[in-house]
Amino acid sequence: MTRPGDLSHHTLAVLVENKAGVLARVADLFARRGYNIVSLAVAPTRGERFSRITIVVDVESAPLEQITKQLFKLINVVEIVQLAPEESVERELMIATVQVGQEHRSQVVELVDIFEGKILAVGSNHLTVSLDGGPSKLDDFEALLADYNITELQRSGRIALPRIGRDAPRVAAG
Amino acid sequence: MRLNGGEALIKSLEMMGTEVIFGYPGGAILPVYDPIIDSKIRHVLARHEQGAGHMAEGYAHATGRPGVCMVTSGPAATNIVTPLADAYLDSVPLVCITGQVGLAAIGTDAFQEVDTTGITRSITKHNFLVTRAQDIPQAIRDAFYIATTGRPGPVLVDIPKNIVDAGNPDAYFEWEWPETTDLPGYNPELPLDHDAVAEAVELIMAAERPLLYVGGGVLKSRGAEILRQLAELMNLPVVTTLMARGAFPDSHELCLGMPGMHGNYTAITAMQKSDLLIAMGSRFDDRVTGKVGAFAPEAKIIHVDIDPAEHGKVRQPDVAIVGDCRIVMEAMVDALRTAGGAESAADHSAWRQQLSGWQENFPLTYEASAPGELLKPQFVLEKLRDGCPADTIVASGVGQHQMWTSQYWQFDHPYTWVNSGGLGTMGFSIPAAIGAKAAYPDRTVWAVDGDGCFQMTAQELVTASVSKIPVKIALLNNAYLGMVRQWQELFYEERYSEVYLSHDMPDYVKWAEAMGCVAFRVEDPDEVEAVIARANAINDRPVVIDFRCHSNEKVYPMVAAGGSNDDVMVDPSQEALLVVAKAASASQNGEPS
Repeated sequence: MTRPGDLSHHTLAVLVENKAGVLARVADLFARRGYNIVSLAVAPTRGERFSRITIVVDVESAPLEQITKQLFKLINVVEIVQLAPEESVERELMIATVQVGQEHRSQVVELVDIFEGKILAVGSNHLTVSLDGGPSKLDDFEALLADYNITELQRSGRIALPRIGRDAPRVAAG
Repeated sequence: MRLNGGEALIKSLEMMGTEVIFGYPGGAILPVYDPIIDSKIRHVLARHEQGAGHMAEGYAHATGRPGVCMVTSGPAATNIVTPLADAYLDSVPLVCITGQVGLAAIGTDAFQEVDTTGITRSITKHNFLVTRAQDIPQAIRDAFYIATTGRPGPVLVDIPKNIVDAGNPDAYFEWEWPETTDLPGYNPELPLDHDAVAEAVELIMAAERPLLYVGGGVLKSRGAEILRQLAELMNLPVVTTLMARGAFPDSHELCLGMPGMHGNYTAITAMQKSDLLIAMGSRFDDRVTGKVGAFAPEAKIIHVDIDPAEHGKVRQPDVAIVGDCRIVMEAMVDALRTAGGAESAADHSAWRQQLSGWQENFPLTYEASAPGELLKPQFVLEKLRDGCPADTIVASGVGQHQMWTSQYWQFDHPYTWVNSGGLGTMGFSIPAAIGAKAAYPDRTVWAVDGDGCFQMTAQELVTASVSKIPVKIALLNNAYLGMVRQWQELFYEERYSEVYLSHDMPDYVKWAEAMGCVAFRVEDPDEVEAVIARANAINDRPVVIDFRCHSNEKVYPMVAAGGSNDDVMVDPSQEALLVVAKAASASQNGEPS
């Protein structure tokens, strides 16, 4: 299984006009051209007119250059910043509910402590925990948590910004 | 001046210089059809929405100006999907207006509601769903700008009924024409990379076997004249792809004609043996390259295209230049002149000699019909070509007749060839010819059609009769879906599956007459010329000639789909010569023959 922390994955921070259907345009393009999306996060930025779509792409499915150029042909795409893993700060959020009896609860709490996560809710046989961090940290945490009975798990998809001092390659509509 | 959305839409189209709308009214677009009565824009009523779309394409192909079509919602929008896809693949500037159910009804599965912008998203350059009447002028202005700049393409504007409804107070606003476009994510004006031009010039000066591989982008950029200067300055042989026929005169000594699956032997082989392909507004389509891994193995590539995504999509270029072909060629010509032109460049004489040898040995050829046999389509096309004025516009459908037209017509002028290249849309020719003729009423416009294609869109001849757009149709009736039959003969052991149509069912002459056309039937080769002359003398009505053609005729040369361009199937009469030529070429390369 491929995971968001893989090095064959690149992150594109795509600034788009916040128009109806813009996410569908981006998703359609990936589907039509056979590019794989690993994760996707969308939220408004720079006021109401624009949103940022952060897409983790599998560069083994198509060359990054082709993906970027085809994306940029979308009229509503204003700017694309290519973020290689080593040149960017990446964060992702995970929340998970674990079914765990009282005898093992302290082990899970300890694990959350080590990773500097949070306990969000406690029930008699369940714990809901959250963790934010880089994708590989979340991968490690998820692997260790799998020793217990995970009943629900959700990851947010990656968001990223260029590392300060690095000049990430970008294409913009002049 | 207060206008409602419908009036504003028509006024916006007038502001953009629209002369003619090809369309078909219906429920959701009704309010926009009312102000058309008072507009100076001509409306041509098609008989099917697909026809309206192809007419707009034909108009755009012939003029270079955006074609405009307008239809209602639901089935009308789905009927125009094919022309939109066709225009998308061939980069044809089109503005398509579709009616939509009222905003309040969107999403309710209302009568004649489909998700038009969703359906057309991947086959338009862009589309809009306009939600307020006052946004219509900006949307129309932006749509024309997007359709005609950069790499041209179709743009769809979806208009909900309530915002154009004269009975809706909210559909009125104070008319204002936007000063500019409002598209922060779209900037088609890219600076020219002079360093890349300089690199290209170096490669051209050094090449021993250069070849200009010219595609539709040269026509889109209005670059035929500068192309000629470039070719003549450096003595560069030229191939013109299916989309570029006419961009360089077929009669020119440097012209090698069309390459690709049904290109001529010299054009195909020149690409294979070239050491420098100068791809000018062409996109390494699979019908040109054949098997990509075996395509032009010794060639360096200069790739000029206005769409950066074409660079490296199929073949990695050695020099990539983003830009309008005309502007890039102007810069190239300047730089090449400074570098000393052909006299300072590497010697091409051996290459030119090789090319003319191939041309001499492997011309296009066919066997004339034996006495009593039906017509040979190639013969009909030769007679048609020779019997028409030089500036005749010729449209074609898709299949064998299209390939023969491209092969046998002599294209000496740009914008005289109207065809469906990328999508390969059967039924394209009749409506496309009507669109071209609507643009140029004084020119002769022929549609060369097959019997399969004719049956898909023939009803548009009613449009041609009623709207007084007298196009002429050369129906190459071979009783079969000829190209499919050819593949079944060659690749499916002559197992002919569902390809027989019959010569006389329907009766094309009666059918054409019923649609208001003058119609002829020709079976005898001796009559071909005279009937073409009679057809060319008729200017008040459409003409259909039912040319009864031989069913077995195949299009040669041919490269099998997915095959290497080294393996050209030539006309059977040239096969022996081909064996000799291949042996000679192999021994030249030091291989055992």
